[in-house]
Amino acid sequence: MPRSVAPWEIERKLLVKAEDKTNLHYGRKPEERPADDYIRHGVINLDKPAGPTSHEVAAWVKRILKLGNVGHGGTLEA
Amino acid sequence: MTGVLPVTLEESRKIVQALLHSGKEYVCVMKLHRDEKEESVKKVLAEFEDIIYQRPPLRASVKRQLRTRKIYYIDFLEMDGRNVLFKIGCEGGTYIRKLCYDIGEVLGCGAHMQELRRTRAGPFVEGEGIVTLHDMAYWFMEWQQQRDEKILRQFIKPMENALALVPKIYIRDSAVDAVCHGANLTAPGVLSLETEINNGSMVAVFTLKGEAVALAKATASTEEVLRMGHGIVAETKRVLMPRGTYPKCWKNGEI
Repeated sequence: MPRSVAPWEIERKLLVKAEDKTNLHYGRKPEERPADDYIRHGVINLDKPAGPTSHEVAAWVKRILKLGNVGHGGTLEA
Repeated sequence: MTGVLPVTLEESRKIVQALLHSGKEYVCVMKLHRDEKEESVKKVLAEFEDIIYQRPPLRASVKRQLRTRKIYYIDFLEMDGRNVLFKIGCEGGTYIRKLCYDIGEVLGCGAHMQELRRTRAGPFVEGEGIVTLHDMAYWFMEWQQQRDEKILRQFIKPMENALALVPKIYIRDSAVDAVCHGANLTAPGVLSLETEINNGSMVAVFTLKGEAVALAKATASTEEVLRMGHGIVAETKRVLMPRGTYPKCWKNGEI
């Protein structure tokens, strides 16, 4: 059976259906969000250490960054 | 286990579904319970480069039903005595520990997972801006003292980065607020979209500024969307942008 393509191996092109401009009076490029907003809409690519569970590590991030709520993308065993 | 763990901050938690579907990659040390020839090991590993059956283990917090998982690739790296080092790319929710056990069964000698490191979770990989807890604590302290936003960008990425592997549909400003209210995306709102989208694909709806508006389920393929003059192209599933970020244009029909 031919091997499946991993999501990161899929090559995509962007095809244009119509043209239009975006108004700079509202919305914001993600990289230009003001600090608080940037953090609240941010993701951290974290190198999990051995020992603690993924949930414990996420809790530490929440505490260190003084945030209300954090999640993580896929449990890694302790 | 160590390795890539994307941590979603506050509002970014909404994109977790997209990450869980974007695939994982691991480097694994499997310990065989008897000596085996390298050729036999390579042969069996290759057999698992397929769709496999798995039932989640007792300790998992998911329903313990038999389910299929795709193994995209298994690359044999090296073998030292009874230790086998391999790299594996797989669907999220694949239990590598169980896979090692099953490989041992097929080989006949028995095996277990000795060590595991995740090298990829969706678009997040080792080496590209991965930070340890120590790095993160250090940079956060530096930012608090210097208030230089460039420091923040060292260890925090916009949530849009987590959607890098989700096919995108870019929409007009005038279509944004409707989608933020949960409306489905219709053809006139579409400006551009990526290839390889099919009916049922998870897609990410974006503004021209690169902001994520919503996660949606495509109801048409890329080719169909390009041809359609009207009609629904995607069902909005998870709104990511707050209402009112873009002006309401859908009640009066004005822009």
